[in-house]
Amino acid sequence: MLGRWSIEFTRKCVRPFHHSITPSLHHPVFPVKFFHLIWCNLKRKKLRTSLTLLSIVVAFILFGFLSAIQQALVGGVEMAGADRLSVRQKVSIINLLPISYEARIERIPGVDFATHQTWFGGIYQDPKNFFMQNPVEPEKFFKIHPEIILPPEQMKAWLATRTGAIVGRRTADRFHWKIGDRIPIQSPIWGADRTWEFDIVGIYDGAKKGTDTTWMLFRYDYFDEARRWGKGQIGWFTIRIKDPSQAAEVAKRVDAEFENSPTETKTEPEGAFIQGYASQIGNIVFIVAAILGMVFFTILLVAGNTMAQAVRERTGELGVLKAIGFTNGQVMALVLAESCLLAVIGGAVGLALARAVTPVVADKLAGLLPMFFLPTHALFTGFSLSVALGLVTGIFPALQAMRLRVADALRRM
Amino acid sequence: MNENQSNNGALVRVENVEKIFRRGSEDIHVLADLHLQVPTGEFLALMGPSGSGKTTLLNLIGGLDRPTKGLVSVAGERLDQLSDHRLAAWRARHIGFVFQLYNLMPVLTAERNVELPLLLTHLSKAERKKHVDAALAVVGLTHRAGHYPRTLSGGEQQRVGIARGIVTDPTLLLCDEPTGDLDRKSGNEILDLLQALNREHGKTIIMVTHDPHASARASRTVYLDKGQLSNEPVK
Repeated sequence: MLGRWSIEFTRKCVRPFHHSITPSLHHPVFPVKFFHLIWCNLKRKKLRTSLTLLSIVVAFILFGFLSAIQQALVGGVEMAGADRLSVRQKVSIINLLPISYEARIERIPGVDFATHQTWFGGIYQDPKNFFMQNPVEPEKFFKIHPEIILPPEQMKAWLATRTGAIVGRRTADRFHWKIGDRIPIQSPIWGADRTWEFDIVGIYDGAKKGTDTTWMLFRYDYFDEARRWGKGQIGWFTIRIKDPSQAAEVAKRVDAEFENSPTETKTEPEGAFIQGYASQIGNIVFIVAAILGMVFFTILLVAGNTMAQAVRERTGELGVLKAIGFTNGQVMALVLAESCLLAVIGGAVGLALARAVTPVVADKLAGLLPMFFLPTHALFTGFSLSVALGLVTGIFPALQAMRLRVADALRRM
Repeated sequence: MNENQSNNGALVRVENVEKIFRRGSEDIHVLADLHLQVPTGEFLALMGPSGSGKTTLLNLIGGLDRPTKGLVSVAGERLDQLSDHRLAAWRARHIGFVFQLYNLMPVLTAERNVELPLLLTHLSKAERKKHVDAALAVVGLTHRAGHYPRTLSGGEQQRVGIARGIVTDPTLLLCDEPTGDLDRKSGNEILDLLQALNREHGKTIIMVTHDPHASARASRTVYLDKGQLSNEPVK
């Protein structure tokens, strides 16, 4: 038998390839051909790998949800217009300002125009059905908020209907409202003993993802005439300025205009105004970062321990790889690739699950957190985080593998 | 350059080699002023009692370790002067290892184990497959290619180990007690195989063994004791 296969081996196989099987140790990228080896090593201890993977998946689901919560709380800052300032009563946002300020603000140099909104705080059927309703000046409101899209004929209908209201697509879908419906709403602030009725004349959409489409907007003239108290007063002004680079100077001028008056103002960029709202429940970014930091530190220990154990268990095998010609760098890269693969799979599954589940949760939180969604940039951040997790958890075992002396490692086989 | 010419006719040249291991504050002299020459095509058996330094010498010749002093030259290359990186590349090109305990990857099938050294080459997947099939055919294990090591007998595992050792057509095959963990019948089959590789393919083989029956298959036997080589068995 030996004669037959040996001749075949020598004549047909080895010799024709003899010069082509010179080892190549300088691959520009880590070759795909090693993937099978990495994958098989990962599957070696299925239970341990599965549990580690599960912990990474859970961490990334949490990352996804916290990113969505952060987006919901501070995302409005990103959507804020650079050319918009908010003016509120200096003491507190709940204190009102005279509407007469509007004309005075519009005379201040650098101001293009001003409009206003007021917190209505209405309840539709049940207090749990929370969503924001504000009385506005329709034409000016749309002029200052180009990110909100309303068909022209619906705008026309709104201007022609004193009790008319428009609602965002999300709220319309949530309550199955359609144009022509009459909506009863109670407002504990503006008269708990009566029911306000609004005719839905339009449904608006957002020009870009992240635009809040949960608001209900109705006409200020109807509101001012019907409310029991506070006539001629509004919640806050929004100003459009002519030159965004002059925002700080214009804000100072506005506040100076009303200095020493009974109702002094505080003017700030719209982003800071929204941030101020979010800050009422603490430093969101810090809280999210702190929670994530703790979670990822724990995962780091779990995954790091898995990789360290994996390398310890196969010291002899790593020695064999080195004996047959794998360089120290290649052995290190194999271990790192394995830890990265584990972390990236866990991260990808976790982020995919978070992405799939957040819309369902968002529907439940539509009133409370209207901008609750997992933004695309969070997915990229999450992916980068998973790679970083893989590198950090793998680096020490990989260095350990790299430094192994072949002769010592083979003795441990 | 002709490999043998560069080594004065020998494929392997070991001169004045000394190997000292340090254990704590104690120096252990394993090899002392050792000389050895192995011509191309020889099947050399290296015998000696446990702890005599056989594996250490094999490791030096295979580029797995470095001598404390002296010269180790294989196929015209001074191994004691190569960096770790170049030494790894040199091993991949010139050396096939066969271990006593087979040292196969338990997570890979027989054919994937044999393919491992070829991953370091530029060969395409199809070319690698061709080489793997040929090597498995040489050791008579084509029908077990898809089996994992745990489903193979000791003899079969060692044959996979040999296939892995020869798949890149190395200059030198180093076997560390290749029959040490096998029963007599399987051991004989392995020795038949090594002998065939030497006689029919001209493979140069250095085999460490305790077993006189195994060394009898070699074309020459040298004996190592207390760090020194001799052509006579240790009394």
